[in-house]
Amino acid sequence: MSDYNFAYLDEQTKRMIRRAILKGLAIPGYQVPFASREMPMPYGWGTGGVQVSAAILTPDDCMKVIDQGADDTTNAVSIRKFFEKTAEIETTEATNAASVIQTRHRIPEEPLREDQVLVYQVPIPEPLRFLEPRETETRKMHSLEEYGLMHVKLYEDIAKHGAIATSYAYPVKVEGRYVMDPSPIPKFDNPKLEMAAIQLFGAGREQRIYALPPYTKVVSLDFEDFPFEASKADHACDLCGADAAYLDELIIDDAGGRMFVCSDTDFCQTRRAAGHIGAQGAPFEEAAQ
Amino acid sequence: MTPLLQVRDIAKFYGHRMGCTGVGFDLYPGEVMGIVGESGSGKSTLLNCLAGHLVPDQGRVMFDTRTEGPRDTVTMSEPERRMLSRTDWAFVHQHARDGLRMGVSAGGNVGERLMAVGARHYGDIREQAVDWLGRVEISEDRIDDRPSAFSGGMQQRLQIARNLVTGPRLVFMDEPTGGLDVSVQARLLDLLRGLVREMGLSAIIVTHDLAVVRLLADRLMVMKDGHVVESGLTDQVLDDPQHAYTQLLVSSVLQV
Repeated sequence: MSDYNFAYLDEQTKRMIRRAILKGLAIPGYQVPFASREMPMPYGWGTGGVQVSAAILTPDDCMKVIDQGADDTTNAVSIRKFFEKTAEIETTEATNAASVIQTRHRIPEEPLREDQVLVYQVPIPEPLRFLEPRETETRKMHSLEEYGLMHVKLYEDIAKHGAIATSYAYPVKVEGRYVMDPSPIPKFDNPKLEMAAIQLFGAGREQRIYALPPYTKVVSLDFEDFPFEASKADHACDLCGADAAYLDELIIDDAGGRMFVCSDTDFCQTRRAAGHIGAQGAPFEEAAQ
Repeated sequence: MTPLLQVRDIAKFYGHRMGCTGVGFDLYPGEVMGIVGESGSGKSTLLNCLAGHLVPDQGRVMFDTRTEGPRDTVTMSEPERRMLSRTDWAFVHQHARDGLRMGVSAGGNVGERLMAVGARHYGDIREQAVDWLGRVEISEDRIDDRPSAFSGGMQQRLQIARNLVTGPRLVFMDEPTGGLDVSVQARLLDLLRGLVREMGLSAIIVTHDLAVVRLLADRLMVMKDGHVVESGLTDQVLDDPQHAYTQLLVSSVLQV
């Protein structure tokens, strides 16, 4: 047994967070204030997501943590280690083996199931923040459903760039009521927000939790003559050849060389193991040696 | 004819100090009412009470709504009041900066009210914005510039366009020409007069500039120390002032 209480937080705190989560699930898209604790990591590293995960973990859970789709970045590795140490739970990199997935800025490519929970790390939960700096005013706007301002931002985008240039943290309307910031996921992931798994959003510094119950209606805001488009780099993955997955663009030399690879590392690896090869990829077994 | 706005016995106190008290009048559709008085006479307090920015301590403000007839805007619910203030009402601030979103382009500023009432077609919004910028004499090629790149007079005209785009029936103006130089003032007044007549707007204009009310207002209310001391037709009040303070006010205007 480790010296930590299960999943680091004390039971009263977890209880408080669970209440906020339940309230969030009852009012999809509504930002529930909660008494965020200081966590042993800096703000911006996922303190909100970690608290939500800690509150919902059980000893039987198997956890996966991704950062921009990758399982092997500092943020993902350290949060995974954190829960290995404090909760002594199993962890995995396989999306389909995980029961709790904590994510920063991506939704896994593989569709999630009803028995899974997706926990988002949210830097700024308020979609209206940069349009209206006063929190008292934005709360009023949410309660009175005054969301015209959100479209002013999209209008500005089109006026300036000829198209809606917002490409991440793309605002959505939940169940025809609350406008919500889906955290900085690429807008490519927006259509996936209507899914079978429970989605929980935790913002540690901003002390807000919000949630999407399974199969909640989530509509990306747009104009009639400029409809929403889930865009991605117009390319196929250079490692696994997937043409419908979200891609990262990598600069590989100083002569303009570049390659596009899946941002979801588990998805890419699974495909390569199954024998798919992209334009610049080597067969999976060879690459492993 | 039902008055568009019936104001009865409005009073507003700031602690022990009085903002304004015992104000009442009727405003009929298409009528422009001027409120003049020196600084601190309660003009702006009164205007803010009427426009729902301040809650008066006493009195009623009955507005003739489109669907339900006269309603008291002081006691109506906040969503209803806010709905009114972005559809049937308009508020022109003295400083254009208070009424504009400085970080948003001119077109976005004009379009905001349209989007707030549900417009979701970019082309239409854009078209209306161009139309309204034209009406307030801002050339079309400035539509994507931010208001911070505009002169004071242009900002004020942009603010007017932004307010009138949803076709309000009642416009509140708080010193709309304050802080502008005289030639710009004259053009703005000309523009306002044209818009008010053309759209059949009712307006309440607070100002300390008698020339403004002479040009725009049908009726006039003179305020001093929170009380209305004289009211009547504009020409009547200005040409034949009865109250000592009005006489002082009229005689203080500099002749060139």
